[in-house]
Amino acid sequence: MSELLIKNGFVFDPLQGIKGDRMDIGVKDGRIVEAGALANPKTIDAAGMTVMAGGVDIHSHVVGPKVNVGRLFRPEDKLFKSPLKRCNRMEMGFSVPSTFKTGYDYARMGYVFVNEAAMPPLHSPHVHEEIRDTPIIDNAAMPVFGNNWFTLEYLKNNEIENNAAYTAWLLRATRGFGIKVVNPGGSEAWGWGLNCEHIHDPVPYFDIAPAEIVKGLIETNEYLGLPHSVHLHCNNLGNPGNYTDTLDSLRLAEGYAPKNEFGREQVMHVTHLQFHAYGGDSWKNVESRTKEIMDYVNAHDNITVDMGQVTLDETTTMTADGPFEHHLRAGNNLKWANVDVELETAAGVVPYVYSPKIKASTVQWAVGLEIALMSKDLMRTFLTTDHPNAGPFTRYPRVITWLMSRAARDATMKTFKWLDRTIESTSIDGIDRELGLYEIAQMTRAGPAKALGVSNIYGGLAPGMDADVAVYALDPESMPSDPAEIEKVFGRCAWLVKDGVVTVRDGEVVAEPAKRTVWVDVKVPENAQVQRDIYEHFLRHYSVKLDNYSLFEEHLHNPRVIEVDTTQ
Amino acid sequence: MPKKVENVGCPYCGVCCDDLVVTVSDDGKKILEVENACAIGNQIFHHATGGERIRLPRLRQPDGSYKEISYDEAVDYAAKVLHNAKKPLIYGFGSTNCEGMAAAAKVAEKAGAVLDNCASICHGSSFLAIFDNGYPSCTLGETKNRADVIVYWGANPAHAHPRHMSRYSIFPRGFFTGKGHKSRKIIVIDPRHTDTAQVADIYLQVKQGHDYELFDAFRAVVRGHEIPDVVAGIKREQILEVANILKKARFGTIFYGMGLCHSDGRNHNVDIAISLTRDLNDFTKWTIMAMRGHYNITGPGAVWSWQYGYPYCLDLTKRDIAHMNPGETSSVDLAMRDEVDAFFNVGTDAGAHFPIDAVKHLKKHPWITVDPNICMASEISDLHIPVGIVGVEVPGIVYRMDNVPIQYRKVIDPPEGVISDEELFERIHKRLCELEAEEAAKGQVKAAPEGVRAESEP
Repeated sequence: MSELLIKNGFVFDPLQGIKGDRMDIGVKDGRIVEAGALANPKTIDAAGMTVMAGGVDIHSHVVGPKVNVGRLFRPEDKLFKSPLKRCNRMEMGFSVPSTFKTGYDYARMGYVFVNEAAMPPLHSPHVHEEIRDTPIIDNAAMPVFGNNWFTLEYLKNNEIENNAAYTAWLLRATRGFGIKVVNPGGSEAWGWGLNCEHIHDPVPYFDIAPAEIVKGLIETNEYLGLPHSVHLHCNNLGNPGNYTDTLDSLRLAEGYAPKNEFGREQVMHVTHLQFHAYGGDSWKNVESRTKEIMDYVNAHDNITVDMGQVTLDETTTMTADGPFEHHLRAGNNLKWANVDVELETAAGVVPYVYSPKIKASTVQWAVGLEIALMSKDLMRTFLTTDHPNAGPFTRYPRVITWLMSRAARDATMKTFKWLDRTIESTSIDGIDRELGLYEIAQMTRAGPAKALGVSNIYGGLAPGMDADVAVYALDPESMPSDPAEIEKVFGRCAWLVKDGVVTVRDGEVVAEPAKRTVWVDVKVPENAQVQRDIYEHFLRHYSVKLDNYSLFEEHLHNPRVIEVDTTQ
Repeated sequence: MPKKVENVGCPYCGVCCDDLVVTVSDDGKKILEVENACAIGNQIFHHATGGERIRLPRLRQPDGSYKEISYDEAVDYAAKVLHNAKKPLIYGFGSTNCEGMAAAAKVAEKAGAVLDNCASICHGSSFLAIFDNGYPSCTLGETKNRADVIVYWGANPAHAHPRHMSRYSIFPRGFFTGKGHKSRKIIVIDPRHTDTAQVADIYLQVKQGHDYELFDAFRAVVRGHEIPDVVAGIKREQILEVANILKKARFGTIFYGMGLCHSDGRNHNVDIAISLTRDLNDFTKWTIMAMRGHYNITGPGAVWSWQYGYPYCLDLTKRDIAHMNPGETSSVDLAMRDEVDAFFNVGTDAGAHFPIDAVKHLKKHPWITVDPNICMASEISDLHIPVGIVGVEVPGIVYRMDNVPIQYRKVIDPPEGVISDEELFERIHKRLCELEAEEAAKGQVKAAPEGVRAESEP
């Protein structure tokens, strides 16, 4: 394989603590190497440019059944909103792009790894079919556990070992990556049209509360020592006054310490925190409670969070939080799709318009930014839009711009119809903080890679790691005075090297190196009880046969397996 | 010793039974026995090895007869037809796997074709309603485990989906439905007293073509409004009784069929069915599901949605952007207007299903059928390319009517030399690329002229 030398760029690599030093990055056989180790490399001149590892997205809905419902039932998301073809395949859609557009657009932004936020286990063959058709970027997918009948039964009886054995089995069956929890208990309650809004509301029939589910899953996760922690979407998402429930959920991690061999330091990742940090008791008097939430997060090292930043676009909401989507459709009265999945989970999809003319939207916008701007540790606070829920991932460059520039925030706020009331209800106007490139690198690669437990492969530029390098035409020594320029630069990287292959040049995709499916294979001792439970549920309650449920090897594409052995 | 293959998926209807047990002869060449399948599914397996199969592509000769040709020749012919056509139509896909659909889409995109599936003449009106109103649904196991009220509206599973009632809806004992049939209320609404109606607790004989009004009446009652004495041929008391059952259900599912989407009202019938489901969710839990016909007709809607964002009627002829507008880009309408100049019939039988005028127009141009079997389409084609039978000879993923992916197996080898849909389309794609390259070398590229392109950032 060819050698590459990325010369003279300003390198930002938080995993190694490199803060904009002028350095050369060597690439050989798909790996990062010492620049001196190259014999006869091709050179990329990165002088006057910013060099970072390929981006890592910890939470994005890009592949799977609910994403595809969003595509299917919104033809209007394509009309006049799709760019003309300029790669191998057409690129359709805006808020829920086609798989091809997803891969190409992430690559153009300099991203190389995207973690699908919620995989219904029963639908795993579908998820893997879409992964096959998503070019360039490596994907992992997290199966959902928070409403799974096996999990609920084991945790009710405090059988962590059994739950761990089941978890290991399901990760292998679905070729999944980690433990996702969405509205624990609430989506099962939705099977009867009900919900669990607070962490102590009992789940109908199963007689367990969300708090016990979350704690049990943290214990399971650390018992197994998985690369990633429990990845939690809290109860009572998106409702004014929910910050107290969020604080209750955050406190569930107290007393737990991470146990793993992957460099992960948190026991709980709380996702799209923006949707969970509201005060007030209605959308009329909704207010930001980011300060209370971030004070807690800042003081507790065993928690990581991501933003879920509202981008003020027309988008498509989709979540395994079935009751929430039903609630949302009652709010905006738009079309509503719902899929309850037997024994496992639920999902809903509703289009949504976040507008600078609507106070709820602009308050949400402010709350999201406050999360990052109030964070004391950006290695624990990650940039997401909960794509496509708060906005499409293609707006990350704009979010970066808001974070890096007070002027950019002011310019956006000038478009708000309810500016005064937004300022009154939030702290955004009192925050002058502007993040630097090092902090952006923390939020978009180093931090997420570490939290996912893959920081030995992704998110950094140390020798031995995957040769995933993004070069942005941005000179840290003379940053552009116009914030719009920053957005442009992060939207179309100057170069992306993926697996040592020049993939993007001047913002255009020039190659499609083979993408990977990253999954976690956990070895656990034989567990006859769990085997029997699995057999029984498939015999009586599933609508598919056990032997047809686990993903067939032929439907797993270019796997990269991370092995965990608990039997040692 | 004959070999038993278990957990086999059935390539017949959208119920996608995956519990078949197929016994194959010693030499692996003959299917001896099929257990658990309905009569129709059974027949599909036996047919595979029971009689004579087409083993080579057949090309129409000037005298009207068919002559066997090699796959290479067939691929070349098909690629040239696509390459030379201005607006080819690739249609069908109810009976093949998703891998084949993805490969066919690659060909359609390369060739600048219209890509459509059987939903176009089937549940396409459901898609129109779903675009407008959403789709509050669930997986079939949810219905089995939770539902205490089942509605079949304009659907006759007793004939069209033989094991639907026993596997998922009426008879099975699920987790919260341990009493099976006894714990469920079955409501059948249909102008005909079908065999499905015979197992109903309540049968409403709606006046033909008046389904919309009956839905409207249910919505009115559920929302607490008055209704007239008789609506759509049903007495007020009966409507009130049923509305009360709907509202008091713990969990209900409305299964609807062609009776809604192909009688007067069409997509509007489905639209109001969805609205009723939405309304009922203000009181309890209700879901709705289309009774999709063929075992993988849900597949192309899924595959092409993730590839292009549209489930059917995809016009890829613009080459740089996909476009969907049923009525304009739907197969039958295109054919009726004689707008296509080449036709691929894949895994279906447009010869039998399309209006005769549409068939006559399509017949003016090259017609290629890709199908394991002899059917009406294959008999009027210019080229018939046989492929392996998915679920019998070719494995792959198919989508059940509730969008659940089912992994199908292969129980025997296809007849010697016969390839899969996926391989066929991959080879056609390769040949198309060669043809384009040859033409480019001659300097006669068909590509659009260079020019300023619109800025596409929304």
